[in-house]
Amino acid sequence: MAKTEIPPEAVAADGRTGPPPAPAQRARRPRRRTRATAGSARMAALLVSPTLLVLSIVVLYPTLMALNESLYGPKGLDPKTGFISSSEPFVGLKNYADIFGAAADRFWNAFWNTTFFAVVTVGLETVIGVAMALIMHRAFRGRALVRAGILVPWAVPTAISGLLWRWIFNSDGIANALIGRQILWTTEGFHAKVAVIVAEVWKTAPFIGLLVLAGLQVIPKEVYEAARIDGSGALRQFWHITLPLVKPALLVAMLFRCMDALRMFDLPYILIGAQKNSVETLSMLAQNEASNVRFGPASAYAVLLFLYVFLVALAFVRLLGADLVADGGRGAQNSRRRRMPLARRTEVTA
Amino acid sequence: MTTTITARWRTGLLYAGVVAVVAYCLAPFYWMLVSSLRRTSDIFDTSLLPAPVSFENYRAVFDPAQGFARALLNSLVVAGITTALALLLATFTAYAMARLEFRFKRLILTLIIATSMFPVVSIVVPLLKLFTDIGWINTYQSMIVPSMSFALPLAVWNLTTFFRQMPDELEHAAMVDGCTRGQAFRKVIIPLAAPGIFTTAIITFIAAWNEFLIALSMTNRPNMQTAPVAISKFTGATTYETPFGSQMAAGVLVTIPLVVMVLLFQRRIVAGLTAGAAK
Amino acid sequence: MKTKTSKTTTRAVQCSAVLAVGGLLITACGSSGGSGSGQSATTSFEGRGPITYVAGKDTTGTVQPTIDRWNTLHPKEKVTFIQLPTDADAQRQQMIQNAETKSDAYTVLSLDVVWTSEFAAHQWIDKLPEQRFPLSRMLKPVVETAKYRGGLYAAPASSDGGMLYYRTDLLKKAGIGGPPTTWAQMKADCAKVKKLPEAKGMSCYAGQLQKYEGLTVNFSEAVNSAGGTVTDANGRPDVDTPAAKNGLDFLVGSVKDGTIPKEAITYQEEDGRQAFQSGKLVFLRNWPYAYALAAKSGIAGTYAVAPLPGLDAPGSSSLGGHNMAVSSYARNKATALDFITFMTSQDTTATFLKDASLAPPYASLYDDPRLIKQYPYLPVLKQSILHAVPRPRVVQYGDVTSAVQQEAYAALTGTKTSAQALKDLQQDLQKCTAQ
Repeated sequence: MAKTEIPPEAVAADGRTGPPPAPAQRARRPRRRTRATAGSARMAALLVSPTLLVLSIVVLYPTLMALNESLYGPKGLDPKTGFISSSEPFVGLKNYADIFGAAADRFWNAFWNTTFFAVVTVGLETVIGVAMALIMHRAFRGRALVRAGILVPWAVPTAISGLLWRWIFNSDGIANALIGRQILWTTEGFHAKVAVIVAEVWKTAPFIGLLVLAGLQVIPKEVYEAARIDGSGALRQFWHITLPLVKPALLVAMLFRCMDALRMFDLPYILIGAQKNSVETLSMLAQNEASNVRFGPASAYAVLLFLYVFLVALAFVRLLGADLVADGGRGAQNSRRRRMPLARRTEVTA
Repeated sequence: MTTTITARWRTGLLYAGVVAVVAYCLAPFYWMLVSSLRRTSDIFDTSLLPAPVSFENYRAVFDPAQGFARALLNSLVVAGITTALALLLATFTAYAMARLEFRFKRLILTLIIATSMFPVVSIVVPLLKLFTDIGWINTYQSMIVPSMSFALPLAVWNLTTFFRQMPDELEHAAMVDGCTRGQAFRKVIIPLAAPGIFTTAIITFIAAWNEFLIALSMTNRPNMQTAPVAISKFTGATTYETPFGSQMAAGVLVTIPLVVMVLLFQRRIVAGLTAGAAK
Repeated sequence: MKTKTSKTTTRAVQCSAVLAVGGLLITACGSSGGSGSGQSATTSFEGRGPITYVAGKDTTGTVQPTIDRWNTLHPKEKVTFIQLPTDADAQRQQMIQNAETKSDAYTVLSLDVVWTSEFAAHQWIDKLPEQRFPLSRMLKPVVETAKYRGGLYAAPASSDGGMLYYRTDLLKKAGIGGPPTTWAQMKADCAKVKKLPEAKGMSCYAGQLQKYEGLTVNFSEAVNSAGGTVTDANGRPDVDTPAAKNGLDFLVGSVKDGTIPKEAITYQEEDGRQAFQSGKLVFLRNWPYAYALAAKSGIAGTYAVAPLPGLDAPGSSSLGGHNMAVSSYARNKATALDFITFMTSQDTTATFLKDASLAPPYASLYDDPRLIKQYPYLPVLKQSILHAVPRPRVVQYGDVTSAVQQEAYAALTGTKTSAQALKDLQQDLQKCTAQ
């Protein structure tokens, strides 16, 4: 990489503290619009199409197969021969009707469990993850080591971490030894939920922590220095400067966590066990149907779960982060405007 | 006087925070390590130190019959290629998302994230049929391609966010200085977004590294299995005996290399990405 | 329907072609006596060449040497060992995926005894010619687990039965002559043992009562040991009976009165073994595997095994073990059949018993003095298997075992009375076996 072509300092200076902000902003908006030309669209198409191609092969095809599958019922047993028929009967929406009819209790129980886990774990992970990131962002000796250390929970394979926590929550395990009471964590009840939440939060808080930390690291240092000179208190600084700036990274991390939490399967399955009402999730229902060779109903559960996750993701994008999806619309400009005053303040105070 | 006291107080607080974070993250891992160092016969022990320390579980893991070393290598190949491919494709896409104006952008981003929402359980059978037909069973690509379904959305979304955090003006200035759009992107945005790119790479790599169901379904030859699949085949001496110790040993063995790798690469990669940029 | 008939015709054509060529496989082609009602029941075991053997990960390192022995004898019909995860559910899932994709990757499958009906009904495995296997020399309950609707779909390879482990030292000290044969005796013995100073803090009995397959095993054993049934001989559910209630009441009552410690409802095999080995239990229901392990623990030399106790007489165990079957979608089925014959022969299973302590299907091996010297529990295990009642042999076994676990667990944890649980179970079972 040649270092000579652009004097980076100049770029940085130009970019960040450049011309008076207000005219720049006015000047930029028309420019942005003119950029949305046929050329840029073609370039965008070129850049985006490989991703879309790969995703349609690996996801769209199987997803459509699953959608189709969900319209078929389980294969029937011929009482005369004792053999299962070789083809699945087309049943239309009956699988869906059954889920909300005969299996409604189990479905709603799983639905609420799933929702409860998602809300609680993502909430806790966010708080813990952000705290981790803030601490790690400070300069101290051995920071690289500590940062690699917080990767550990996220790096342990889920199945192994399920086993580890089952061991910890064993009736004679270390958890009971530490609290000095014998709680039967893997039996039905609220404690089973607690066990799952503890294990899940431990494993995935670092995910949010790492992404938020990266978000913090790409914030220009000047912004903080300015704020410090400004005399903002730590809390104020966090609330008004840090949080808005890491918000996009934080929201994306939360969104992915949320989607994963809604599909949670391995952990309750390994830690507490199959068919425990207290921790049964929607994914476990789909898995249970599939394992009993009822692929139609299993797909129906999967489709419902997909719709639920999709709705949550949409709501997430709409409610929390207009600036999450950069469509050049109001959202994007809002975020830009929000960022600009900071840069301006930097300039003024510096 | 007061300032030094508050400063000291702050440093103290910071280190207390660091200790808390480290303890939180590593205490259960420590338990894993301790359990892996116990003898099979005292695996139910709850003492904080293994006594006596035994490496029998590690010997069991590296017993050539388990093929664990080969499995680690396979995992490295699968996760490495998945990460590299995902980052490459995602960089293009994320650049378009963050910097170009075009129609259907929101739709495309939504579609990309929607693809990572379908439960793996229900896409594995159709994929297995497909790959059986085209003769991909027991190949690396049969594991890499499906892994893209979760790696790519993760990478696209994260990179988009990090690219968008870079002020537009930087790039414009570079372009005014005579760089093409591509050069401006490569020499200005990528170095500045390095921490973000690196973090995205780590997270994608780990997600691919830990993938189990696809890797299990797409391979049936021992020399093609990945580490999580190999771990699922650990056994005790008899059917009912759970090989908890060697599972924990394997857990330690798949986690430590990752962490060491991150430590080693952290500086080099970030430094490499940052070369040519400010400082 | 169309595909089925066409498949049958091609099979028939292939079969007669082989007959014409040289009649090499006459026995294999001939339908095997039996019911033979379904038209697709006849399978031609033809084709020789390399095959695969698919089983859960070999725990003992004895399978590969045995396969190597076969491979040196049959260099043109080499067998590759495909090992699946240790977890039984994962094994079943992989085998079903293989069948669903009609892949020929798997040839010979090692099936858990409870999967036979399901695999046979889906025609994922072929019906085997009975005369190829010395079934008469095998223990009858074991052979039954390999049958579906009277036809043999798998060859018994190994068996397993539950036994009552007990502390000889404590019983002797408490002045008890021998192991209990009924539940009432067991409770009475416990009461005596608990008065001993060395039995301080001990609990009486445990099995596998966590909500998983082990609960189905333990529930079925309790019901059968009280003279009840879960499903009748034709696979129809018949569990809402006074006898079944006596069985379930034994478990529920024991949890309530502390005979079974309350943490035992989280026990799987290993937890129970651990509790027994560390001196927390006087009695334990477990499989033979625990015998050798306990010999290496602190209670070495102070325990023995007996048949499971029952309500008024010794009880009956559930059956474990594995059977070998041929995947319908495989190639080289003639080799597959030969290989199964080899793997399930008395010689091979004797080796597995000697080197891997796998219980063999052959009756005479249990009486071999040299083997008994090595495994003192063999006579007890033989009794256990001979009096065993297989777990429900139904196509929808997955649903049946879920229903059993659901209701038995509800009764154990006190959310339902045992009468209500059995009533609900009967209904659930009727629903899931009706399909």
